[in-house]
Amino acid sequence: MANNRMMIKFFIASESIFFLMLILAYVNFHNSVTTGPTAKSSLDPYVTGIFSLFLLASSFTVWLAGKSLKNRNRSGLKLWLFATIVLGAVFIFGQAREWFGLFGRGITISSNVFGSTFFTLTGFHGFHVCVGLVMLSVLLGLTLAGDFKGPKSDAVECVSLYWHFVDGVWIVVFSVIYLWAFL
Amino acid sequence: MSSRIPIVPESTEPLPGLGENTGLLSWVASIDHKQIGIMYLIGTLIYFVIGGLEALMIRTQLAKPGSELLSPEMYNQLFTMHGTTMIFFVVMPFLIGVGVYLVPLMIGARDMAFPRLNALSFWLFAFGGVLLYYSFFTQSGAPDVGWFAYAPLSEKPFSLNNGPTYWALGLLVSGIGSLISGLNNVVTILTMRTPGMTMRRLPLFVWMMLVTSFLLVFVIPIITSAFVMLLLDRLLGATFFTPAFGGSAILWQHFFWGFGHPEVYILVLPAFGIVSEVIPVFSRKPIYGYEFVAGSTVAIGLLSLGVWAHHMFAVGLGNVANAYFSLASMLIAIPTGIKVLNWVSTMWGGRINFAVPMLFATAFIIEFVVGGLSGVAIASVPIDWVVTDSYFIVAHFHYTIFGGSLFAIFAGVYYWFPKFTGRMMSETLGKWHFWLTVVGFNMTFFIQHFLGVMGMPRRTYTYHDMPYWGSMNLISTIGAFIIALSVLVFIWNIIVSLRKGEPAGDNPWKAWTLEWATTSPPPVYNFKLVPPVRGRRPLWDLAHPDSPDEPDAKIVTEGPNG
Repeated sequence: MANNRMMIKFFIASESIFFLMLILAYVNFHNSVTTGPTAKSSLDPYVTGIFSLFLLASSFTVWLAGKSLKNRNRSGLKLWLFATIVLGAVFIFGQAREWFGLFGRGITISSNVFGSTFFTLTGFHGFHVCVGLVMLSVLLGLTLAGDFKGPKSDAVECVSLYWHFVDGVWIVVFSVIYLWAFL
Repeated sequence: MSSRIPIVPESTEPLPGLGENTGLLSWVASIDHKQIGIMYLIGTLIYFVIGGLEALMIRTQLAKPGSELLSPEMYNQLFTMHGTTMIFFVVMPFLIGVGVYLVPLMIGARDMAFPRLNALSFWLFAFGGVLLYYSFFTQSGAPDVGWFAYAPLSEKPFSLNNGPTYWALGLLVSGIGSLISGLNNVVTILTMRTPGMTMRRLPLFVWMMLVTSFLLVFVIPIITSAFVMLLLDRLLGATFFTPAFGGSAILWQHFFWGFGHPEVYILVLPAFGIVSEVIPVFSRKPIYGYEFVAGSTVAIGLLSLGVWAHHMFAVGLGNVANAYFSLASMLIAIPTGIKVLNWVSTMWGGRINFAVPMLFATAFIIEFVVGGLSGVAIASVPIDWVVTDSYFIVAHFHYTIFGGSLFAIFAGVYYWFPKFTGRMMSETLGKWHFWLTVVGFNMTFFIQHFLGVMGMPRRTYTYHDMPYWGSMNLISTIGAFIIALSVLVFIWNIIVSLRKGEPAGDNPWKAWTLEWATTSPPPVYNFKLVPPVRGRRPLWDLAHPDSPDEPDAKIVTEGPNG
């Protein structure tokens, strides 16, 4: 049905506004930190950049999963869904590593406005990645159980759209937080 | 195949709903849009009574100068809860609920596009309200920082109690419900229309619900993000809105009103839709300038996104920003004025039947114009600086939300009650309700314009015995009790009519939109046969095959539903 795909598109539009507001809050305070940690003093753009590549690659693999579905290639669908989950999980691992590193140096959400905006923005993005991982795992489980014979599936297409969206948000977030501070 | 009358496609699996089991479970577990709609209406009626009692306590406190009936703390809780309740748990869910009931019927569909999400929306609304009201039973009491909860007053150092936390959590929950409902409506209206129901033939109520739903989809995330930040501030010690720690109190105002101004159009556009359905039927004429009513709604929706800072003139944003927001706000008067002209032109030369729905719709036009005119006045920066945070503002927004939205809501209840229940509401009690409401409403709020210009500030629990203030406030309080009496008559009317009202039949008002083509109340499956839609008034075309609205229109069998 066209309903599901239309729904997920409007949902993504609505989510975009939500992230836009979090990004605006970050931008609003970017130059107003007077004491305490800043993006420049506390973040490592190279490590996070490398972990970001994993997330970007997962957008490619989820696209390959969709292509496999279209070609009724069930082993391809399983493989690429699994690869997407692994790549997404690696990104989340990288984010957890970064967060605990910051906690270890005493940088938390209550440190200052940088801490508040940074942890809120990346935290909500990470939460969305986790939700996506859950949905992808459900898809993989259903595929292993014999569902999704192709060539079309609203479930796969909608989760795929959502995953691309989560990826796109990260490109903006990475640019605003890391590139703006270090370029 | 072209001669076949189009029917709604059968669902492949039966949807749970009003089955043989009509006990409580059939309601709680229901995903039928009509049952969910009715539950919305019952829920809002309960919240309406609660919010009304809060208003009565406020007005009783203000009846005489220097009154000590309520403590300042209690008074703050009451006006905060009154505003929050009436906006988020009465007007907004009523309009969403009546839309949930009527939109599928009006477009000839079997149900909403996502019936389970529809149920989720309702239960999020219901439990959001419970969460908000639970705060009364906590040690620290209800939220007491006003319905817009300005930072830093709503932040930790100034509000150590849990009130604002409950406030943000309750509204976050019910807001997500509204957002889901908006998404559901948009998809339903765009994809579930019966063959022949083109966008240019959509009933105007559905058009208004569509624009409102788009607003919900795009502005609820704004306030959701703001609630999240406020909660993080209060619970985890973040510093978004605390200037003492580098945050920005103005940012909260921008975020709140970035949502808050479109919100007032969410509160009034479906009300415009109700009036646009009622006035043609009771004037026995098609709506005048259909395209302009629909088009001006879209214009209002778009303009409403760019005017939020007219709530913030007193902040001192600078002359350029003030000038822009002042002009942009005044622009909204144009599409709104177009609508008023359309309604009046529809009545002009019609055979007007002043039954109760039409009385409320007519009073709506007059009172909404009063609220609109005072709105244009305070869109002007110098006037706003004089009257901001005074009773003039209180009078203004009660004329728009009570005189506007609520009068349209009453019109809608009297108009669609026969469809909802199969029985007519009593006209006699309805007329008592109408006149008591008109007298009580104007007595309560018109005089507040003058109190505001004389300098009486809003949100203060008492006042000194300034010349005339005591007597003017007393008049306002007496008006409030007349409104309370009118609500009692209204509820009595509902109870009596449910039991002994005259059987309504399918179409008691001889209306023209599709919801009147089925029985009252409609069966679970809505329609046995959806009448062919060849124009904007399908039931007129059906009754007058010799003079249809669009003589050249063909019967369409291929539509969105195939």
